Amino acid sequence: MIDFELSEDMRGMRDMINQVADQTMRPISRQFDEEEHTDPTEWQQMMWDVSKGASIFGGGPEKSDKKSSKEKKSLGTSKPSERNVGATVTIEELSWGDAGLYLSIPNAGLGGAAVMAAGTPDQKKRFMARFGEGDPKWAAMAITEPGFGSDSAAVATTAVRDGDQWVLNGTKIFCTSGQRALDKSEGFVVVWATVDKAAGRAGIKAFVVEHDTPGVTVTKVEDKLGIRCSDTAAIVLEDARIPLDNVLGDPEVLTASKKGFKGAMATFDATRPAVAASAIGIGRAAVDFVRDELVKAGVEIRYETPVMKQTAIERDFMDMEANLQAARLLTWRAAWMMDRGMQNNLEASMCKSKAGLAVTEVTQKAVEILGPLGYSRKLLLEKWMRDAKINDIFEGTQQINLMIVARRILDYSSSELN
Amino acid sequence: MISFEPTEDQQLVRDTVASFASNQIRPIARDADESGQIPDSVVQQAWELGLIQSAIPEEHGGYGGDRSAVTSALVCEELGYGDLSIAMHVLAPRLVTYPVLELGSDELRKEVLPDYCGEKFVPGTAAVMEPSMGFDLNDLQATATRSNGSYKLSGAKCYVPLGSEARHAVVYAREGDGTAAFVVKTDSPGFEVAEREKIMGLKGLATYEVMLNDCTVPASARLDGDLKPIFNRSRIALASLAVGVARAAFEYARDYAKDRKAFGVPIAQKQAIAFMLAEMAIEIDSTRLLTWEAAWKLDRGEDATREACLAKNYAAEMVLKVTDNAVQVLGGHGYIRDHMVELWLRNGRGFAMFEGLALA
Ligand SMILES: Cc1cc2nc3c(=O)[nH]c(=O)nc-3n(C[C@H](O)[C@H](O)[C@H](O)COP(=O)(O)OP(=O)(O)OC[C@H]3O[C@@H](n4cnc5c(N)ncnc54)[C@H](O)[C@@H]3O)c2cc1C
Ligand SMILES: Cc1cc2nc3c(=O)[nH]c(=O)nc-3n(C[C@H](O)[C@H](O)[C@H](O)COP(=O)(O)OP(=O)(O)OC[C@H]3O[C@@H](n4cnc5c(N)ncnc54)[C@H](O)[C@@H]3O)c2cc1C
Repeated sequence: MIDFELSEDMRGMRDMINQVADQTMRPISRQFDEEEHTDPTEWQQMMWDVSKGASIFGGGPEKSDKKSSKEKKSLGTSKPSERNVGATVTIEELSWGDAGLYLSIPNAGLGGAAVMAAGTPDQKKRFMARFGEGDPKWAAMAITEPGFGSDSAAVATTAVRDGDQWVLNGTKIFCTSGQRALDKSEGFVVVWATVDKAAGRAGIKAFVVEHDTPGVTVTKVEDKLGIRCSDTAAIVLEDARIPLDNVLGDPEVLTASKKGFKGAMATFDATRPAVAASAIGIGRAAVDFVRDELVKAGVEIRYETPVMKQTAIERDFMDMEANLQAARLLTWRAAWMMDRGMQNNLEASMCKSKAGLAVTEVTQKAVEILGPLGYSRKLLLEKWMRDAKINDIFEGTQQINLMIVARRILDYSSSELN
Repeated sequence: MISFEPTEDQQLVRDTVASFASNQIRPIARDADESGQIPDSVVQQAWELGLIQSAIPEEHGGYGGDRSAVTSALVCEELGYGDLSIAMHVLAPRLVTYPVLELGSDELRKEVLPDYCGEKFVPGTAAVMEPSMGFDLNDLQATATRSNGSYKLSGAKCYVPLGSEARHAVVYAREGDGTAAFVVKTDSPGFEVAEREKIMGLKGLATYEVMLNDCTVPASARLDGDLKPIFNRSRIALASLAVGVARAAFEYARDYAKDRKAFGVPIAQKQAIAFMLAEMAIEIDSTRLLTWEAAWKLDRGEDATREACLAKNYAAEMVLKVTDNAVQVLGGHGYIRDHMVELWLRNGRGFAMFEGLALA
């Protein structure tokens, strides 16, 4: 049955996380925007303490395990999984609190999502166990290089087999939590590298590079427009040696197949709804703020008013609300499909495309509507506008997601439409 | 718990209507637009699907099913995908039966509903819209005044579907500060059907101007209760019809773009076209989900005004954009009436002002 109500469990969780966001994130939001490159260590420790073991965001150990939800269903015992819908709800709340802080929470992040999507059972255990114990940790994923971003098949970083090791060489940039994963905790970075440039996509594999690997250096942490609390690192790999079985998937099977690349690309079907959810959290913060200010100013939104009688504010505000809600429903749908073990490649890109653009526009409009208040750094609206923009860029830009949608609806391969 | 899956019953209804829309409606849509006529045979076939009768209780001659707004949204999308004029024509009796079912007195239900449960299609209609730029459901110009146990209705109405043949019309008029609705027999004195409208789209559907010249109806003709759920249900029906129209245009343009070559490749391989199609697909899904959510809320008996209005307004903009893009994808050919896209653009433009023209 078509149903838009979150389960009771989910509502309880949402309300609890909303409190965390409101009481622990909003108060330090401005500080860690202005003081770029500092860690909110106390808050991070607290988040680690409450979330470890049950990593609910960004591809933690339990996330998007398609097989297990299928098994559950076929056994017909417990209710269908809500894990991915739950993740989008959680991420929306945290990002409503502060998107930069959300991205700074110690957790397995994109690196963990890649391990879960492409790793063997042994690798999952070996790399993920650390997120349930000890000190705060991060994992990250490094695809982007100075020479390319969108065109992820153009990886120039190389991995050469030397006995029972891989030797990695190359430069990665824009790696979210790269510094926290390598220099600030006992984490790891999943590095995309090619074992055979001539083989194109088929030669690209994902490698787990541990924090203490010699030859791996964080060379720069970027200064950014928004999400300033999140570290965005450049990483240089110089003859970095890692064990043979740190390539995600089975090393023997992988050698001559496209599987590694495909597996890593499949990560995006899980992470795009997560990015969309984060965008929606920021957008909702802005819409909530504008609504409150309108109420204070005595401006009422008359939903039933015909176009000819609507004020500009009414029209803009209804537009913001509808676009935000449309993005949220598309995102829930993509996550719900994952919970059901359905292929959601199209829907994941649809929600990311819609959310990235909608929230960029919603937050920009919110600044406009509130005028001097919107533009002021005493309030958070201008920050939300800066934070929002990243969601139309990372995890596939607007254009790249449109292209994926187009390929799916036209039934085109990447060589037919690029 | 969140779910995007219709029930098995809903899927069955949807599949049935979808196949009717593709096989019976779409092939005659162009002719209906050009001739202004919809063949009786198709209207009768639609009638036999039971779209109207199914929701009427058995005691009044119907099948005794109830129909959720979500199911109606699914039905409307498929009918709209077939053709908007024909969809509105075959749904028109519902403009009478739904409000009577929801708000009519027992007496009124007994009097009106059996008429719509026979073997043959019976036209019904609503007189909602008014020929003024500021038309507003909550601020109507037509008036209802009470005197001596009856009501007098006065004013001008427009876009009254099947106005000349309908058996009953639900007339919406201002009473005091609010809006009230009356079930009027169309042969009542003072209910005067004027000319058939000449409009840009919806050309297959016969719509009329209606003059209410002190049209007198008994007090029992007044529907008692809150009209809001009816307006919201209509918004949901219209939004769903818009989704259907948009989907028709999108699919047509998509198929054309894969087929049409320019500069040595199918135009769909050009990003300018491919991205347009991708955005069309995203916006159609966006609107469908907003509409489902509004319908779902209505089904729970909650006030869905905000959701229904947002969905309807969003749908009106979306369908214009999508149908316009479809014409654009076809280039010069999109402008020629050999192709359907120009028809969908003309029909799509109407949604911004349509109010109360459909119920399902
Ligand atoms: C704060 C931040 C965090 C990031 N985190 C990570 C991370 O953790 N790991 C990681 O690997 N990367 C990360 N990135 C990188 C991010 O994924 C890339 O920036 C993004 O993929 C775009 O690549 P690019 O910047 O090289 O832009 P380019 O690929 O150079 O694109 C430039 C423009 O061209 C457009 N374009 C490109 N190709 C096409 C095409 N075929 N058709 C039409 N238009 C096209 C793009 O949409 C864009 O508008 C991060 C980036 C930022 C800013
Ligand atoms: C009423 C009318 C009057 C006309 N009068 C004349 C006239 O007097 N003389 C005359 O010679 N012609 C005339 N035309 C033809 C008109 O110029 C063409 O229709 C127009 O050039 C488009 O070509 P097409 O229809 O074949 O569309 P196509 O070329 O098939 O284009 C279809 C779609 O693909 C897009 N497209 C095509 N190539 C690319 C590309 N490389 N990249 C991205 N997008 C692309 C187009 O923009 C369009 O959206 C007339 C057309 C009409 C409708």
